[in-house]
Amino acid sequence: MTVTKTETLPVRSGDDVVRVRQRVRALAVEIGLGLVDQTKIVTAASELARNTLDYGGGGDVLLEIVHAGMRKGLRLTFEDQGPGITDIEQAMTDCFTTGRGMGLGLGGAKRLSNEFHI
Amino acid sequence: MTTDGAEVLSKTVTQDEAAILDAWNAALREGTSLQSGRIREAELQTQVKAVFGQLRDALASGGLDADAVGFASLRETLADISRSRAIQGFTPTDTANFVFSLKEPIFEALKRASGTDATSLAAGIWAAGKVLDRLGLQTMEVFLASREEVIGRQGQEIAELSTPVVRLWDGILALPLIGTLDSARTGVVMENLLQAIVDEEAEIAIIDITGVPTVDTLVAQHLLKTVAAARLMGADCIVSGIRPQIAQTMVHLGVELNVVSKANLADAFAVALRRTGRKVVRQQAAVEERR
Ligand SMILES: Nc1ncnc2c1ncn2[C@@H]1O[C@H](COP(=O)(O)OP(=O)(O)OP(=O)(O)O)[C@@H](O)[C@H]1O
Ligand SMILES: [Mg+2]
Repeated sequence: MTVTKTETLPVRSGDDVVRVRQRVRALAVEIGLGLVDQTKIVTAASELARNTLDYGGGGDVLLEIVHAGMRKGLRLTFEDQGPGITDIEQAMTDCFTTGRGMGLGLGGAKRLSNEFHI
Repeated sequence: MTTDGAEVLSKTVTQDEAAILDAWNAALREGTSLQSGRIREAELQTQVKAVFGQLRDALASGGLDADAVGFASLRETLADISRSRAIQGFTPTDTANFVFSLKEPIFEALKRASGTDATSLAAGIWAAGKVLDRLGLQTMEVFLASREEVIGRQGQEIAELSTPVVRLWDGILALPLIGTLDSARTGVVMENLLQAIVDEEAEIAIIDITGVPTVDTLVAQHLLKTVAAARLMGADCIVSGIRPQIAQTMVHLGVELNVVSKANLADAFAVALRRTGRKVVRQQAAVEERR
């Protein structure tokens, strides 16, 4: 797998979350994703960006265009220096939240992606 | 002869005031600020006089540290000037040049004053550079902060403008949402809708999300809260404009809106009419029915 483009964006405010969505959308269009896949990855990015902001106290996201053979994809890596997640399995469970959310973000992001790791 | 840069600078600025002012004014006239018509010459000259006077006094009070107390009133004046420039729509270059264009006139004056004393000239130029660079940077900082403020305020204005509640029929309201549904805006949306429900004694409110590009868990939660609040006010909500790609994404996310939804506003309106005991018929058919 080769990486052909990388960029880093800050995730430190609500406006940053909007910008991350816009960049992800632009890159998804660039690699030729269809409307449904665009919407999926933008939504997954939105979930993870908001978690980075709300629970991680802010961080950064690395956006990469990756190639594997004929296939092109987008890899998003969110990183924060917050408290971390003690029980990943529990956090991934639908409807589990320590905040005031619906607790669907992590599970949803996983279902919206082809590959997902914490 | 002294080689203390601060002293050289202060002395020169005090003694050669008239020539420096003339040269500075000339430099500003050549700049683009006046040509853009955003500021009148008289106003610019007033600013020039005020800034120069305060710079002279600050330098006389000793020191080159533009962050020190002696420079406080000068900093304030410059801050006021750059704030007003940000609002007037000046470019960053024009704003920074207001301070930086004072460099050359001062350098020239230092040259005149120092004559052949190269040490004193160098010390004076270094001192002038240090003070003016710092003042220029402060000016830019205020300028950028003011621009951010302007942008923030525009954002708020847009948030309020773009959430109109429209009355489609007696007791039927529509809320066409457009753009990002961040928390601040959702608050405005909710308030507008609830108020309209009271004012219009509405039975049904149609929330149209055709113009919302991304529906994530936060947006879904805001929608659900709006629906719940409307219900408490006695109105039922219909969500319309869920595009196919959004519908698929919501299924993956696992969000259920638990509310009647329709593909588009027209279908939602038809449901609303039916629920309030009304029907839209073709005129022709109506005539035939009567026969
Ligand atoms: N970056 C993070 N740092 C620390 N904890 C996190 C982070 N991301 C998620 N979590 C934890 O995982 C929980 C589940 O996250 P998830 O995104 O699934 O739900 P949520 O954010 O609470 O609600 P929703 O995303 O539905 O609005 C969070 O409540 C939080 O406790
Ligand atoms: Mg979340």
